[in-house]
Amino acid sequence: MADEKKFAGYVCTGCGLGERLDAGQLETTATRDGKMQSCKQHEMLCSAEGVQMIKDDIANDDVTHVMIAACSRRAKVEAFNFTDVALTRANLREGVIWVRPDTDENTETTQEMADDYIRMACAELKSMTKPSASGEQSLNKNILVVGGGITGMTAAIEAAAAGYPVHLVEKSGKLGGAIGSYYKVIPTRSPYDAPAENPVPGMTEAIEAADNITVHLNSTVAKTDGAPGRFSVEVATESGTSETLTIGAIVQASGFKPYDANQLPEFAYDKSADVVTNHELEALAVAANGGPIKRPSDGKEVQSVCFIQNAGQCSDKEGHLTYFAGVTDLVSIKQAMYFKELNGDCDTTILFDNLRTPGAGGEDFYRAGQQSMVTFSKGIASEVVPGDSLTVKFEDKILNEETEMACDLVVLATGMEPNSGPDPYAQLMVDEAEDEEEKAKAQAALENAPPSILNLQYRQGTDLPHLKNGFTDSHFICFPYETRRTGIYSAGPVRRPMDAQQARDDATGAALKAIQAAENAGLGRAAHPRSGDLSFPSFRKEGCTQCKRCTVECPFGAINEDEEGYPMYNESRCRRCGTCMGACPVRVISFENYSVETVNQQIKNCEIPEEWDEKPRILVMACENDAYPALDQAAQAGVEINPWARVIPVRCLGSVSLSWVTDALNSGYDGIVMMGCRRDDDYQCHFVRGSAMAAERMSKVGDTLDSLNLEPERVVLHEVAITDVERAPQLINDMAETVEKIGLSPFKF
Amino acid sequence: MSDLNTAMIEKYRSSFLKEVEANVEEGEWVKMCMQCGVCSGSCPLGKHWDHPPQEIFMMIRANKRDEVLSTDSMWMCTSCYNCIARCPRGLPITHIMHGLAVYSKRLGLTQKKQPTAEFSQIFWDNLMKKGRVNELKLGLSMYFKDGFGQGIKNAMANQKLGQNMMKAKRMNAMEFFGGHSVKDLSGFQKMVKKAQEIEEGNLKDAK
Repeated sequence: MADEKKFAGYVCTGCGLGERLDAGQLETTATRDGKMQSCKQHEMLCSAEGVQMIKDDIANDDVTHVMIAACSRRAKVEAFNFTDVALTRANLREGVIWVRPDTDENTETTQEMADDYIRMACAELKSMTKPSASGEQSLNKNILVVGGGITGMTAAIEAAAAGYPVHLVEKSGKLGGAIGSYYKVIPTRSPYDAPAENPVPGMTEAIEAADNITVHLNSTVAKTDGAPGRFSVEVATESGTSETLTIGAIVQASGFKPYDANQLPEFAYDKSADVVTNHELEALAVAANGGPIKRPSDGKEVQSVCFIQNAGQCSDKEGHLTYFAGVTDLVSIKQAMYFKELNGDCDTTILFDNLRTPGAGGEDFYRAGQQSMVTFSKGIASEVVPGDSLTVKFEDKILNEETEMACDLVVLATGMEPNSGPDPYAQLMVDEAEDEEEKAKAQAALENAPPSILNLQYRQGTDLPHLKNGFTDSHFICFPYETRRTGIYSAGPVRRPMDAQQARDDATGAALKAIQAAENAGLGRAAHPRSGDLSFPSFRKEGCTQCKRCTVECPFGAINEDEEGYPMYNESRCRRCGTCMGACPVRVISFENYSVETVNQQIKNCEIPEEWDEKPRILVMACENDAYPALDQAAQAGVEINPWARVIPVRCLGSVSLSWVTDALNSGYDGIVMMGCRRDDDYQCHFVRGSAMAAERMSKVGDTLDSLNLEPERVVLHEVAITDVERAPQLINDMAETVEKIGLSPFKF
Repeated sequence: MSDLNTAMIEKYRSSFLKEVEANVEEGEWVKMCMQCGVCSGSCPLGKHWDHPPQEIFMMIRANKRDEVLSTDSMWMCTSCYNCIARCPRGLPITHIMHGLAVYSKRLGLTQKKQPTAEFSQIFWDNLMKKGRVNELKLGLSMYFKDGFGQGIKNAMANQKLGQNMMKAKRMNAMEFFGGHSVKDLSGFQKMVKKAQEIEEGNLKDAK
């Protein structure tokens, strides 16, 4: 193919486009205004024939840039999948004819909309190049699993079974982790009526037997450098030796820490040996060796036991966990059944407030506990009085009375805390704290940070970022495995509290994601949500001021800095959201097919009618993950959108450059609507921080409006969910009303 | 207190739940209650009960033997079956209530003058005589259960109703002199006696 660029436009007249729009005029717009060297019409462009026509032009006429004016870029993606050219789509179906009424008085504005979208697409295409992988990538099939508990063991077994060599690093001297030392586990198969055998011994054998799993015991990860496909990991042993491995992708399965029950003085944990946590009871059950469970203080066989649910969890009290471990009710039922199994006619009471037994067999297991005469009492324990016989004081919530019971042993159903590394953003939390109390809390968290697990050599810190309560951050709804460090997947209770079976399922998923990440890295493709994307950011070094905003603000810590403070992109760590691009104050960062220029050209090439035409223009920048699909669905449902709106999809609101807003206002747009995903604590932003970064940057847009002497209502930013099918168009129409109220922009030249 | 009661206290000292499970009809279901409270919320007479079903089940588990067996709550059940229809765990609650009532009566722990208990006894005695209910005598027994004077007052108050029923041939004054019985009366009585023996035997075994 020649180096020369050749631009070709294609206008589809199917799906009613031909009837509603003047295709001849669209063609003229594409060639005259859009400067397409050729433009063809087809009555059904997505048909085999239509697609073949484009393919032939690419093959025979050396077409390098293709503009398709048809349906939304989210429709017919398989038909219009031309990987050898730069491609753009003008959305005339969902964007124009489906959102405008088919009446004579609207024909003119509908045609104007379509013409604008063609001009915008052509302008975008002019500043695009075909994305292709950087060439820095390489395929490395090794998977590193950090943590040798049931989660890590499962991940290792699964990845190895798929043909990927695994290095399994375990801190202690043996595999198995917490579950390895348990008596039995929650049943995982029908009929869910009794605790099940511990699967760990069998798994240990499987790992020993597998020839592509290398186990590193008494070892930790001393250093992790590089990126997916080319991680360089230094594994250090306790004895001081170390070895460097090259790794494709990583699964972090560092498990949980049992809650420290010393923080529960009311339950006499520190005073009586016969008050134990659920975690400690497992050891008693194992020690019983098939005989009756004996209490720790004097070795007496336990004849009555009381389980206190939610001990130190689901509570706002100082030192308690605010969240529920999810599985501790099932664990208590399991352990209560130990007593029914081993201790004969032992009085077994579970004091619960909300009994939660999630999972397929949860309810059946609860019934099985009741069948075996475990007494479930709805009551909240307030105190345990130590003594030869322990007294549990509690409020009976059904009989509404303060009462008490005597027992030989008390088991506290305490929660799980994630065993994660230090939060890379702990310092940031201190710096950004809004009040003294918050600052003190953040400072304490920073000072009590746990030791690092991965020791990442990343600009943004050594470990996976946290969401809250120390659990690793991931997009909970859409891609729960993707952490904020591409190619590193957290699984098991370090991600959220879970039981052994959930951890095994989680580990299987994480192993598959790790394999996918290694393969993607080998091809230079992006991970979720822009999976398959080959474009990656680059920067113009001579323009860069080394301000470090991009390296600080990248939600995925993808960008390192060189000695001089210039950004160093790591293609395979990058998720292609463009948050760096939106951050850059000097606009030097760009992707081949998405840049400050590609959007700017679209903004500039939309025709702004003169003031006396009384046709306002509203610029809509819609996030392609949620807002743009919501608009597409609205179009399918026939919801009307104001004819003055011009919608530009953006990769993430985080990629929106403030210059787009300024330039749009300067060129006479009357209103700007930005739509991104929900941000902050319960975020739905597909790039985690993009939407939040955008909101922060746009909070400063008021100054720009001030300096231009424009009303602040002209620029709005909304959180839009994919389900906001009615609301998303309404937000645009609301802006049209606002413009009508405050009048047209004075910047129309 | 009856000997039987003392024996049962002795035997199930630690667990009233086990006692209920062994001796009360459908009592083995009590442990399966998950304390959702749908039964209590569904009972049309629930607010008149001292302890609605959910509470009774909890009291059984909490070993509150005397309180359960001497409450008149389970006697308040009208067998509307709302609770059974709605219980998410499928407990035969109506039957358990009746089972508890029977058990408390058998142990001699039922409250004196409990109207449902009194009526049930009168109904039973009436039924046993002829193997079928003599409605005239049943009515009269109810009128006169609290003494002759009160009986006359009750009868006078319902005079009109009685007359109307006779006119409509719904009641026959001649039934007062014996009334008719089932075909094989002695056979019927033997059958019931045998059934009672079996039940007593079961409780004795439990002793």
